[in-house]
Amino acid sequence: MKAIIRKRVLKTGIAVVGLSTLAVAVSAHAQQTLNIVSWGGAYSMSQHEAYDKPWMEKTGDEIVNIDRSGNALAGLRAQSQAGNVTWDLVDMLPADAMIACAEGLIEPLDHDELLADAPDGTPPSEDFVDGALGDCFVASIVYSNIVAFNSEMFPEDDQPSTIEDVFDLENYPGKRALLRKPINNMEWALIADGVERDEVYAMLETEEGVQRAFDKLDTIKDEVIWWEEGAQPPQLLADQEVAFASAYNGRIFNAMVTEDQPFEIIWDAQVFELDGWVVPTGKLDKVKDYLHFATDTQRLADQAQYISYGPARLSSSELVSTHAETGIEMTPHMPTYEPNFETALQKDDLFWADYNDELTQRFNAWLSQ
Amino acid sequence: MSEPPAAPLTTADGVPLKVSLRRTVRRSKIKALLLVAPLLAFLFIAFLMPLFEMLWRSVDNPEVSTHLSRTVSALEGWNGESLPDEATFAALAEDLREGQQERNLGLLSSRLNYEKSGMRSTISRTARRVGTLEPPYRESLIEVNNTWGELDTWKLIQREASPYTISYYLAAVDLQLSPDGEIVQVPEHMQIHATLFWRTLWMSAVITGLTLLLGFPVAFLLASLPARHSNLLMILVLLPFWTSLLVRTTTWIAILQSQGVLNDVMVALGVIADEARWQMIHNKMGTIIAMTHILLPFMILPLYSVMKTIPPSYMRAARSLGGKPFLSFRRVYFPLTIPGIAAGGILVFILSIGYYITPALVGGQSGRFITNYIAYHMQTSLNWGLAAAIASILLFVVIICYLVFNRLIGVDKVKLG
Repeated sequence: MKAIIRKRVLKTGIAVVGLSTLAVAVSAHAQQTLNIVSWGGAYSMSQHEAYDKPWMEKTGDEIVNIDRSGNALAGLRAQSQAGNVTWDLVDMLPADAMIACAEGLIEPLDHDELLADAPDGTPPSEDFVDGALGDCFVASIVYSNIVAFNSEMFPEDDQPSTIEDVFDLENYPGKRALLRKPINNMEWALIADGVERDEVYAMLETEEGVQRAFDKLDTIKDEVIWWEEGAQPPQLLADQEVAFASAYNGRIFNAMVTEDQPFEIIWDAQVFELDGWVVPTGKLDKVKDYLHFATDTQRLADQAQYISYGPARLSSSELVSTHAETGIEMTPHMPTYEPNFETALQKDDLFWADYNDELTQRFNAWLSQ
Repeated sequence: MSEPPAAPLTTADGVPLKVSLRRTVRRSKIKALLLVAPLLAFLFIAFLMPLFEMLWRSVDNPEVSTHLSRTVSALEGWNGESLPDEATFAALAEDLREGQQERNLGLLSSRLNYEKSGMRSTISRTARRVGTLEPPYRESLIEVNNTWGELDTWKLIQREASPYTISYYLAAVDLQLSPDGEIVQVPEHMQIHATLFWRTLWMSAVITGLTLLLGFPVAFLLASLPARHSNLLMILVLLPFWTSLLVRTTTWIAILQSQGVLNDVMVALGVIADEARWQMIHNKMGTIIAMTHILLPFMILPLYSVMKTIPPSYMRAARSLGGKPFLSFRRVYFPLTIPGIAAGGILVFILSIGYYITPALVGGQSGRFITNYIAYHMQTSLNWGLAAAIASILLFVVIICYLVFNRLIGVDKVKLG
């Protein structure tokens, strides 16, 4: 496993210089309306607080949020085929961005020219974490797929702690809520079955590996409730309908902190991935100032006050402070926090770009057996 | 002696009556046509064009022939027994180089990836490095990605070079083309669509049967009660009909779920134990119950309109001729309601084959319909060709149902109210 997140010492003094150049860049700017597509819910709220509000204040632009990231690729394709692209900026996953980029639906980005330098002058290409800058993609967060459990459903002295426990019905009985897709489940099944993390994807390219993953999933199949919307797992856990639920870590964090739910996150074998911006073809001139602003060091650090997703910039992690509502320290809740990150697995976008169609069909056939 | 030729009848201004009549008729025809023109235009744009677009997409296969045009022509005459020659590899490199510059390899790689998993990254990785490749391309391409050294890859390209394909239709019924071009079943662990087609059909038939069973007595009551009572009953039938589909569906979730109203009542009454609550939703049962309820008015209304026209005196006559109640019903009344049963049946059946939201919400895994996979391929997998093929097959099923219906009952007998 490569150490993805490198620490960098921040020279605060230069932050001021960075901000003032930004102010110059922004001043020559006519008021406009930006249609920005994102995921909705707590995530859109965090973007709204951290990027949109200060941007609207600064420029007088109006920002319209559209919650369509779940089907963003289909939307981009349809708009482009109809010759009427109405979205100006889209938040999507890097795997989708790769496909959209290859189809020419989104703009290739010159990161060092378009994005802000770090406060200490480090160019963007060195300031973002590995894999954060794709041909047409710039990541804003690192988020993680984890399994969480309701701590009230297990004795205090015997709480689950590893991914193996999720597959262990004998010692940790109860229903499990899992995402109704092969993604993450296949990886976890293999890891729980004893496969080394760095061999997981190579294994999944073989018939034996896929069969092994399905065999492992078979052992818990009868106890699984399959979810499809990100809001479902915290709800199922809170209702004690399930003992374990796979989820996006930010959703569980919000339930834990703002709703005081007795949830715990199993950070073992977290599958982390990036999420960020793409620019639909022809919209670069319109949104490049906003993009420059929304991906700078301070904005990414600010977003972490509202949701426990790690900033994709190395220079931002030093600035991550406390939760805006409750004032708790955010750092230990980040997927990238050292103890949480020890056994993390990075989602292999190339693998899923190739095998998602096939494995999804197989997964659905397996489900309906 | 012959009669003088009769003078042609004319109107007051001397135009022959025949001509004048024809003019008037033509004018009123044009007026009528103009009146329906907006509707015709609407139907053409909103119904016929999308329909043809869908049928077109289910066989359209432009990706390989456009984006790998050089490779395709170099492959003409290739015998498929050993790897193609250097010229073909060079053509591939040229095609990929151009595609990378124009950034239009995405659809090509998706298309090939449907047939052979791994082609997406093969193409994107090769295209990324193709600018730096040196001849001989045969060696250098295979070195970049050894998929290019497999005979099956080239057979696939050769096969998909045709501008039309049946692979989407094959995939829609769990078949595929083997590398040698034979039609074979996909492996058992990949089969899903045929099961779903079958399930959609039999569950729709069950739903149609249930609506008939429940709707027939209601329609009979509606038709035979005095107007005062039947109007009230009619409102009870129509009220749910006017309620949003989503509301009715989610109400069933509230009633049937394991912590829902029905289970709570049964537990309170001691009929079932608290731990043994019935699973009535998120399975086939949920879909059948909710859809039967939602589609019930479509059965009741045609039945009612037919029953309303059956004079009560027929039944009285049958009774006075000595028929027992059931016999009179079976021999006299029931045969007269068949057009209504047929109309309601075909309506409910065709509607339920195409149902999508209700199975998605209450069907769980086992109560899903093929329509849910059309939505999946439209929105998530983005395999629009496959979505179009599945939808076209559904369309053909509906057309066949209609033809059978027309042959057996006759569409002209249908009354919808």
